[in-house]
Amino acid sequence: MFDTLDAPAAAASERRFYLPVEHHPENGTLLGFWLYLMSDCLVFACLFAMYGVLGRSYAGGPTGAQLFDLPLVAVNTLLLLLSSITYGFAMLEMQKSRLRGTLAWLVMTGALGAGFIGIELHEFAHLVQEGAGPQRSAFLSSFFTLVGTHGLHVTFGLVWLATLLVQLSQRGLIEANRRRLMCLSMFWHFLDVVWIGVFTFVYLMGVQT
Amino acid sequence: MTGHVAAAEAHGSLKGYVTGFVLSVVLTAIPFWLVIAKVFDRPGATAAVLLGFAAVQIVVHMVYFLHMNAKSEGGWSLLALMFTVVLVIIALSGSLWVMYHLNTNMMPPSMPGGPMGGQPDMHNMP
Repeated sequence: MFDTLDAPAAAASERRFYLPVEHHPENGTLLGFWLYLMSDCLVFACLFAMYGVLGRSYAGGPTGAQLFDLPLVAVNTLLLLLSSITYGFAMLEMQKSRLRGTLAWLVMTGALGAGFIGIELHEFAHLVQEGAGPQRSAFLSSFFTLVGTHGLHVTFGLVWLATLLVQLSQRGLIEANRRRLMCLSMFWHFLDVVWIGVFTFVYLMGVQT
Repeated sequence: MTGHVAAAEAHGSLKGYVTGFVLSVVLTAIPFWLVIAKVFDRPGATAAVLLGFAAVQIVVHMVYFLHMNAKSEGGWSLLALMFTVVLVIIALSGSLWVMYHLNTNMMPPSMPGGPMGGQPDMHNMP
C-alpha cells in the first residue's frame, strides 16, 4: 500500500493482482470460527480415543453387533449428507443474492437435520428401553457420550439455523447475515465430517467381532 | 491458479457441491455394503478398508464442502487444520497404544484379562 507514494500506476496494477484473492471480509471472523472448529475437533478426538479404549468393554452386557441397526444408521447418514448439500445450495442462492431461495434451502436443511436428530433420539430411547443405557457398561457409556455429543452439536446447529431464518426474514441478505450463514455453513459441514468418523469407527467397526 | 478460479472455489459452485455429494454417497455406500454383506472374512481387513474409505471421504468433504485450499484466509486455515490433524493423530494413536499395553502387560494375573486371567474381555483394542 505504501507503494502509492512513489509509483501509483504500479500500485494500481498490483492491487488488481491481489483483489480477487481478498474476497472475504477482512474481519477475521471466518478464520476465528475455523479455529473454534479445530478446537471442537480436538474435543471429538478425545471422545473418539475414549471410545477406542472402552469400546470393547462390554461388562457382560450387550455388544455393538447385538445393538446396532445398520440400515437405520445408513438412513441417518444419508439424511445428514443430504442436509449438507442442501446447505450448499442455500449458500449458492446467497451468492446470487436470492433471499427466497436461500430461505427455502435452509428450511430443507433444518428439516433433514431434525429428521436426523429424531432418528437418533428414537435409537437412544430404544437402547435405554432394552436396558442398554449409558450406565450398563463402559462401552455404552462411551457410546452415548460420543454419539450424544455429536447429536447435541447438531441440535445447537438447528437452533442456530432457526435463529438465522428469523434474522434473514427480518433483515434480508445483509453483510452480517451473510457472515453468519458462512459460519453456520462451516459448522454444519464440520458436523458431517465428524459423523463420517462416528459411522465408521462406532457403528461399522462396532458390529465387527 | 488465476484469481478468478480461486474466488470461485472459495465460494463453492453447483458442480463442486454435486461432485462432493456423489463422491460422498459412493464412499459411504461401499463401507456399509462391505460390512452388511460381510465381504471380507477377517475383521482386521474390513477395519483397515473402512478407515481408508473414511479418510478419503473426510478429504472429499474438506475440499468440496468446506472449500479447504492453501489460499483460504492466507493459508492460515490450512495451517490450523494441519496442526489439528497432528494433535488428533497423537491423541488417538497414543491413547490406544498406551491403554492397550497397560491392559496386556500391567494387568494383575488374578484379574480378567491378566496373563493368567479368565475372559479376555478387557482387551479393549477395536
